[in-house]
Amino acid sequence: MKRLLTLAGLAALPVLVLGVFFVLPVTGMLGQGLWPDGRFAPGDVLEVLARPRVHRVLWFTVWVAATATLVTLLLGVPTAYALHRLRVPGRSVVRAAFLVPFVLPTVVVGIAFDRLVSTGPLEVLGLDGSPVTIIAAMVFFNLAVVVRTVGAAWEGLDPRPGEAAAALGASPWQVFRTATFPALRGSVVSAASVVFLFCSTAFGIVLVLGGLRYSTVETEIYLLTTSLFDLPAAAALCLLQLLVVTVLLLLAARARSAPGQAARRRVEPSRVRLYDAPALLATALGLLLVAVPIAMLVTGSLRVDGAWSLANYRALDTTGGDGLVDVTVVEALVNSLRTAVDATWIALLIGGLVAVIATRRSHGPAERRIRGLLDGFFMLPLGVSAVTLGFGFLITLDEPPVNFRESPLLVPIAQALVAMPLVVRTLVPVLAGIDDRQRQAAHSLGASPLRALVTIDLAVVWKPLLAAAGFAFAISLGEFGATSFLSRVDHPTLPVLIYRLLGQPGTHNYGMALAAAVVLALATASVMFVVERLRVPGVGGF
Amino acid sequence: MNRALRTTLATITALTLTGAASCTLLADDGDDSGETKIEATDGVDPADAIAGTTVTLVTHDSFNLPKKLIRQFQKDTGATLKIRPSGDAGKLTNALALSQSNPIGDVAFGVDNTFASRAVDEDVFATYAAELPGSAEKLRLDGDAGDKLAPIDQASVCVNVDTAWFEKNDQEPPTSLDDLTDPAYKDLTVIPGAATSSPGLAFLLATIAEYGDDWPDYWTDLVGNGAELTEGWTDAYYGGFTGGGDGDRPIVVSYDTSPAFTVDKKTGETTTAALLDTCFRQVEYAGVLENANNPVGGQAVVDWLLSPEVQAALPDNMYVFPVDDSVALPKEWAKFAQQPTEPYEVSADDISEHRAEWLTEWTDIVSR
Repeated sequence: MKRLLTLAGLAALPVLVLGVFFVLPVTGMLGQGLWPDGRFAPGDVLEVLARPRVHRVLWFTVWVAATATLVTLLLGVPTAYALHRLRVPGRSVVRAAFLVPFVLPTVVVGIAFDRLVSTGPLEVLGLDGSPVTIIAAMVFFNLAVVVRTVGAAWEGLDPRPGEAAAALGASPWQVFRTATFPALRGSVVSAASVVFLFCSTAFGIVLVLGGLRYSTVETEIYLLTTSLFDLPAAAALCLLQLLVVTVLLLLAARARSAPGQAARRRVEPSRVRLYDAPALLATALGLLLVAVPIAMLVTGSLRVDGAWSLANYRALDTTGGDGLVDVTVVEALVNSLRTAVDATWIALLIGGLVAVIATRRSHGPAERRIRGLLDGFFMLPLGVSAVTLGFGFLITLDEPPVNFRESPLLVPIAQALVAMPLVVRTLVPVLAGIDDRQRQAAHSLGASPLRALVTIDLAVVWKPLLAAAGFAFAISLGEFGATSFLSRVDHPTLPVLIYRLLGQPGTHNYGMALAAAVVLALATASVMFVVERLRVPGVGGF
Repeated sequence: MNRALRTTLATITALTLTGAASCTLLADDGDDSGETKIEATDGVDPADAIAGTTVTLVTHDSFNLPKKLIRQFQKDTGATLKIRPSGDAGKLTNALALSQSNPIGDVAFGVDNTFASRAVDEDVFATYAAELPGSAEKLRLDGDAGDKLAPIDQASVCVNVDTAWFEKNDQEPPTSLDDLTDPAYKDLTVIPGAATSSPGLAFLLATIAEYGDDWPDYWTDLVGNGAELTEGWTDAYYGGFTGGGDGDRPIVVSYDTSPAFTVDKKTGETTTAALLDTCFRQVEYAGVLENANNPVGGQAVVDWLLSPEVQAALPDNMYVFPVDDSVALPKEWAKFAQQPTEPYEVSADDISEHRAEWLTEWTDIVSR
């Protein structure tokens, strides 16, 4: 009984936050669709689901997202190995670089990809506006998820079982298949489910690169809500999306086997050997995919009237008038960083609590089921359209006791909702790998639960926690959808400013937007680079 | 990576972090939440009923006006003006409709003629017949809506051509909507999508006004002639158009004001032109919200938006023409931004009644 009370106490804050900022707004919007004119009309919703167009859209969403997830895994897992276990020169810089796509404005990346496949050497492939381009862009955006989630788990992996297998004559591939992969499976499945959710709810990339020829469930909800005002149909698709996500999460939970890694130790990265060549090749491919669009962005920002120039960067410091939103890029960057700090601590606090709850040993099946449910529940925000959530905020958070419509924390909270599942998925596989006997030993030696948490859990989870913080920070820095909807006009974040510049005619505006995007990318990469080097004395050094 | 570079990077980041992380948003005054708030200044006019109150203006995220004008409004009325952006015109209209019973502000600006009927049908706006400048009367909506919404600015969506490109390639540019389906202009056009962007919708309406019920055939021909569709204006103009960025198509759907932004520094002439026989006019309206906390304040904001000072500031800040044609335009606009004399028209009621049907049919044609 006492255990259940502790569980309830720990779960109270996360459940309250998710209840107010996710369940309430989403049910509010679903209610608008299910009760048009105040009468319950589920028939309309069922009618929508029978439309052939909806079936087409659903099928396209699922196969494109599944393919993109598979490709991301194929490139990402070897890259995680190379960047976290091998002594590759400059690997922390490369790791930071992989996060850059997270913050780039979709439309800028879209234009770069479009130019890549419609001009230059790739033109002959005829990929312009094809699903291949959409999938490539999805991989571009999501590689970091696999590299960081799997890499964080791989870094703390005990190499001895693998070494033992190798000593007994197993080939590198056999070692991977029988010793390494089973231990990593939890984190691989975690990463895959997050990537699948990101891909299946991808929005801008499908519209920008697909030339409006393709629709996913997410783009359809957006169009139905903002352009056709067909809320019943939008509600139907939202329910469909939730259903698909729930099924996926159940499958993923089943595929995540109980990890049995007890001992975790600090492993020095090893020398590069010949059989690492395939992993290095995959890394090079992934890096190329990430680097080429970024390089096009950088060169674009350095060209003015057909010549090389720094004029676009010099313009960043100017505001050019007395307008309401005349903030310089530097000021907007500061706004972005401040918002990101808030989003990060919120995501880490809530996500960390959920991860602890989900991984504590259960006494009895009922308790285990509750923990499992909570774990899955906190993945749901990834599976709901941002536009549903945004409008939901407006119509449900407007009266006491939940009148948060005006709160300055609304933007960071909305961003934290997206980052939180990533935090949970990064921490859970690592925490689950800790042998509960260590905690019991700590208890019997007289350590308080808090003390046990710090000395046992935090010591192991420190690195993955940093990885998760990096994600949350990058997601917040690059977020545009919710921010444009809720932010303040005189405190625009950098992505909001970039979109403003992109929405105005004049080549100097376009050049300035590209330069601002480069600054945003550079700031993100530098922050990631430093975060990776942070160590808390006495904790990181275990 | 060499050591010096690494140190420099780390220093830059550390500086950025200390500069920013030292103050999260929590450090902000809670009152300043979510929107602009500029403190009311002295010089309150005692006769004014709204002195000391706060007025919230809900608008789209392209809203921009000089701070000086906002201070002037506050000085003249004694009220505090808060500005609250809510996405683009479509999201704004939707947000207003959804929050009708407990609105997110007192007055709204930025609902245009393609969305106006939807908002009026949902009883978003209260009746307030503002006094319009003479030239704005013709932009007033029909019926009840005319007493609720005041026209503030306008700009027309027109086909733009890169005249420099056509000169270089020794070809005559197109002049009409019909020309765009001519094989001579195959693969030369880029158009923002109607379902995803407001200039795209305006262009669809232009073709509906021109071809009536036959518009689907026109679009089938247009797509058959290699017209490229993009999500929004940005990727059409900068990604696709030769005259805007590094695109490879010399024909684009943009605005009548666009040629004022492509003036060649050397020759002093613009390198693009708007085809004035292909235009659809977008008018943006302002209105006091039903159920507003401060309706009198909202009325004052509508009057302020119609004042000569704000009207004169519109071109430079929001890239649109004022509805008051007595105010002076910026020099380059007067010279290069020509307005259509007879743009295509579709009534707001027609749009409201058919928009979903038109957009659904359009989506089917282009996603075939």
